[in-house]
Amino acid sequence: MTEQLIFEYRSAGRKGFAPIAAGEPNLPADFLRQDDPLLPTASELDVVRHYTRLSQLNFSIDTHFYPLGSCTMKYNPRVCNRLAMLPQFLARHPLAAVEHGQGFMQTLYELQQMLEVATGMNAVSLTPMAGAQGEFAGVAMIRAYHDARGDTERRQIIVPDAAHGTNPATATMCGCDVVEVPTRADGDLDIDKLRAVVGPQTAGIMLTNPSTLGVFERQIKEIATLVHDAGGLLYYDGANLNAILGKTAPGAMGFDVVHVNLHKTFSTPHGGGGPGSGAVGVGAKLRPFLPIPYVMHDTKGGYYWATEATCPQSIGRLSAFMGNAGVLLRAYVYMRMLGSKGMQRVSDFSVLNANYLMVRLQEAGFTLAYPERRASHEFVVSLKQITRDTGVTAMDFAKALLDHGFHAPTTYFPLLVPECLLIEPTESESRQTLDAFVHAMADIRQQAYDDADAVKQAPLNMPVRRLDDVRAAKQPDLTWKRD
Amino acid sequence: MSEVPDQLLFTEDHEWLRLEDDGDVTVGITDHAQAALGELVFVEVPETGAEFAEGDACAVVESVKAASDVYCPLSGEVTEVNEALADEPELVNSSPYEDGWIFRLRPTDATVLDEMMDAEAYERYLAELED
Amino acid sequence: MPFIPHTDDDVTAMLAAIGVTSLDKLFEEIPAELRIAGLDAVGPALSEAEISRLMQRRARADGEPLCFIGAGAYDHYVPAAVWDIATRGEFYSAYTPYQAEASQGTLQVIYEFQTMLASLTGLDVSNASLYDGATAFAEACLMAVRANRRNKSRKILVARSLSPVYREVAAGMLKGQGITLVELPLQDGCCDLAALQSLGGDYAAVAVQQPSFLGTLEQVDHITDWAHANNALMIGVVNPTSLALLKPPGQWGSNGADIACGEGQPLGVPLSAGGPYIGFMVCAAAVVRQMPGRIVGRTVDIDGKPGFTLTLQAREQHIRRSRATSNICTNQGLVATAATIYMALMGATGLREVARSCNANTGSLVAALTALPGVAPAFGQPYFHEAALRLDRPVGPVLDALSKQGVLGGFDLSRDYPELGHTLLVCATETRGTEDIKAYASVMSDVFGVAA
Repeated sequence: MTEQLIFEYRSAGRKGFAPIAAGEPNLPADFLRQDDPLLPTASELDVVRHYTRLSQLNFSIDTHFYPLGSCTMKYNPRVCNRLAMLPQFLARHPLAAVEHGQGFMQTLYELQQMLEVATGMNAVSLTPMAGAQGEFAGVAMIRAYHDARGDTERRQIIVPDAAHGTNPATATMCGCDVVEVPTRADGDLDIDKLRAVVGPQTAGIMLTNPSTLGVFERQIKEIATLVHDAGGLLYYDGANLNAILGKTAPGAMGFDVVHVNLHKTFSTPHGGGGPGSGAVGVGAKLRPFLPIPYVMHDTKGGYYWATEATCPQSIGRLSAFMGNAGVLLRAYVYMRMLGSKGMQRVSDFSVLNANYLMVRLQEAGFTLAYPERRASHEFVVSLKQITRDTGVTAMDFAKALLDHGFHAPTTYFPLLVPECLLIEPTESESRQTLDAFVHAMADIRQQAYDDADAVKQAPLNMPVRRLDDVRAAKQPDLTWKRD
Repeated sequence: MSEVPDQLLFTEDHEWLRLEDDGDVTVGITDHAQAALGELVFVEVPETGAEFAEGDACAVVESVKAASDVYCPLSGEVTEVNEALADEPELVNSSPYEDGWIFRLRPTDATVLDEMMDAEAYERYLAELED
Repeated sequence: MPFIPHTDDDVTAMLAAIGVTSLDKLFEEIPAELRIAGLDAVGPALSEAEISRLMQRRARADGEPLCFIGAGAYDHYVPAAVWDIATRGEFYSAYTPYQAEASQGTLQVIYEFQTMLASLTGLDVSNASLYDGATAFAEACLMAVRANRRNKSRKILVARSLSPVYREVAAGMLKGQGITLVELPLQDGCCDLAALQSLGGDYAAVAVQQPSFLGTLEQVDHITDWAHANNALMIGVVNPTSLALLKPPGQWGSNGADIACGEGQPLGVPLSAGGPYIGFMVCAAAVVRQMPGRIVGRTVDIDGKPGFTLTLQAREQHIRRSRATSNICTNQGLVATAATIYMALMGATGLREVARSCNANTGSLVAALTALPGVAPAFGQPYFHEAALRLDRPVGPVLDALSKQGVLGGFDLSRDYPELGHTLLVCATETRGTEDIKAYASVMSDVFGVAA
């Protein structure tokens, strides 16, 4: 099953749009383009069919269990989309006068407040457009804080070796040097190694807790004291907030700044790779440096924007306007529908599902990377033994799962664990779905020992089989060309 | 087990070096390194005439799933680069010690070579990494 | 329980399988002193009916004023099919296409998006999109510094007529790496070419917006050739609608611009209070390895059948970590899907009609407003679909008065360009026809206290 390219629906002169009453343009000839851009010539029905068919080539949460570790692929309620796309919200120009946007701005203001509560932070700015941009804002604020105190030599950002790639990449973007600290065999940070690297050059440390290894960092208080005593600050990567929502909070753990992936914990859609949203929260120390604009409120002026004038120490703007406003509306609807009790249930049931799935997979013969530990909302399975015995790798398992109708877990991350699967079921999934996944995993494991070659052939039932990545990189074909 | 030719010198970053008759040093990555990376799809070579200090990142080797910097094993000026790698990066996989060389360098101080591992030491080093 | 399927029996059975007696036991590794009492301040849950009523009330209160603001976000008509298809669950709730075999739909859409953007801009390679126009510009500056092998300068020469907020965002993103923006001054609403001639050549890149933030058309051929003669790369910030009519960056000057970037919002994305929008970036093949963000390539599977996959990933953070081209991880996938569907529906002809109509409507708007005493064109330059008008009084109070009568009259340039005096930037897209323009002129004449 494949679908031709939209450019191949060729019929000269065919149009997919209703004619527009065009006046005569007034542009000097030497500014004009002479050639036609290569855009499709297809009817509206051609276009609708083509993109509907393409959609059917995808796995998605709406169609498949999607236990992708570190991505929190929970159900995206339809009502969040519908209410974010109310016509007045869609028609609002980002530079429109605030008196025509009090409803919109009140919604953002209340979202800021709810996120302050959920993270235990002092103030929130919603403008970062993705987790990585939230990280950028966080590290930029840490730099601005040190610089404002005349402490300009602090240029090192510490990250654990298990960190997401965005953490070190962000530190580099902010002009900082990256220092990696190893993880101990039990999954917690090697605190002696950390002690050896903190000092007057330390700007801060970036941590995810629970960590990317699917366990809660138990020494977090000690780490916070160590880094704070050295004059550094603590950055909380909110990738795994789903596991602790309402149980503990970054503020309680001693963090100074956090970003929250609204597209994970607060269920805004992943959309095939975005848009995301990476709201940042800060404690009192970093409050003056928050990125603008964010929403302020007083009884006289109603809701209004914080700007350069009200926040002279701000790290400034991260987008042309107000970040991914439509994503923020979706997160707001979701959070109001959960309420305080519903938020507690998010962590209760995501952690229940992860621990249940972990135990069931262990019973089915799989090796856990951290068997002595409680799972957070996700856990790591190592297939190293199976690979040694049969040659079947984590990649082969991932492809075979697709044939069984399950999206693959995250593979080969965290980098520390060889042949690993990082599995995150989320709270959305029923016990029956989890049991079915365990069966599929057990079947593939059995098949690996019986007929390894068959597993290596997977997938067989997908629109395409394994793709030639080497060819894609060596002979890049990145745009279609007219014959 | 990867191939480790006798007459070469090695670094802990898995680069090999060969001292040529004219005093230049040829640099590439070892068989062990190429096997760990997988089939290469791109090699970014330095520019001829560029000067590097020991430890500078001076080239990049890329496979589909990984990218690795090649660190300059000793200070000096680049005298020649392997132009063939632009079209055939896989030469590093098929012939890491011959056709897959990456660049030649005129060392500022060749005595640094005395501190590098010989084949025997590098094999011991690889064995330690295995454990 | 909203969004959680577990029955009481499920919970009991699952806890038993784990070997614990309560849900709370699952959190025992969190030290007791770190536990919080809950999130009571969030308040009670609302039902779907209740939240729907609340949101509709807020949306209605905001109303739909008649909008003549552009300034980086443009109110084009979006055909119904665009978001109906883009928000199908299979697009809406899919993740980044890392498992290519299970993501051919998303991957092919991006490949088509890349093809359309490359063709619109006249350049070789597009990425899968960036966050928005401002960050795309910042990434283009970073990319130019990495890619320029002939000039190691860490300065970028940027037109003052390029969006002030894009320059502000870029300055903030470049600061940490010691890269600075140097301003190319303004002369009658365009780049000052005489000033350009007198500048030395120590820049990694030159960046110009076409049409400029002030609506005017820049002498891009001349500036591109100057950049290349001075060993600088050329960055063009462009409006995709305008490219249906205007010479694309790939054809600027003798050799074309090296990088084009900008805001893709005009391609089927509603104003939506500022986002999510979609940054785009397109470049010459020679510099593709310095491109940030995801890129999709076409290849074959083991049976030789064509298929699509993410490629050139060694540039990205999940592989290169601290030495990646950018920390960007996401693209604006869903918005790219909508933009692709929009371009497929419009085709070259439709997009050109939109562009012509915008240009003509803005011409009518300028004519209607400058007929009033006290309103005059600010510059003697051709413009695309935005124009700067000079008023005989401060702009702020005029806009406030217009807003009270339901008209968003434009963007006040006096904060960003104090040297221009009382200057107002107005825009009329294809959706602001004769009646709307008449209505604006009539309200404006009231505000100015003259008879229409």
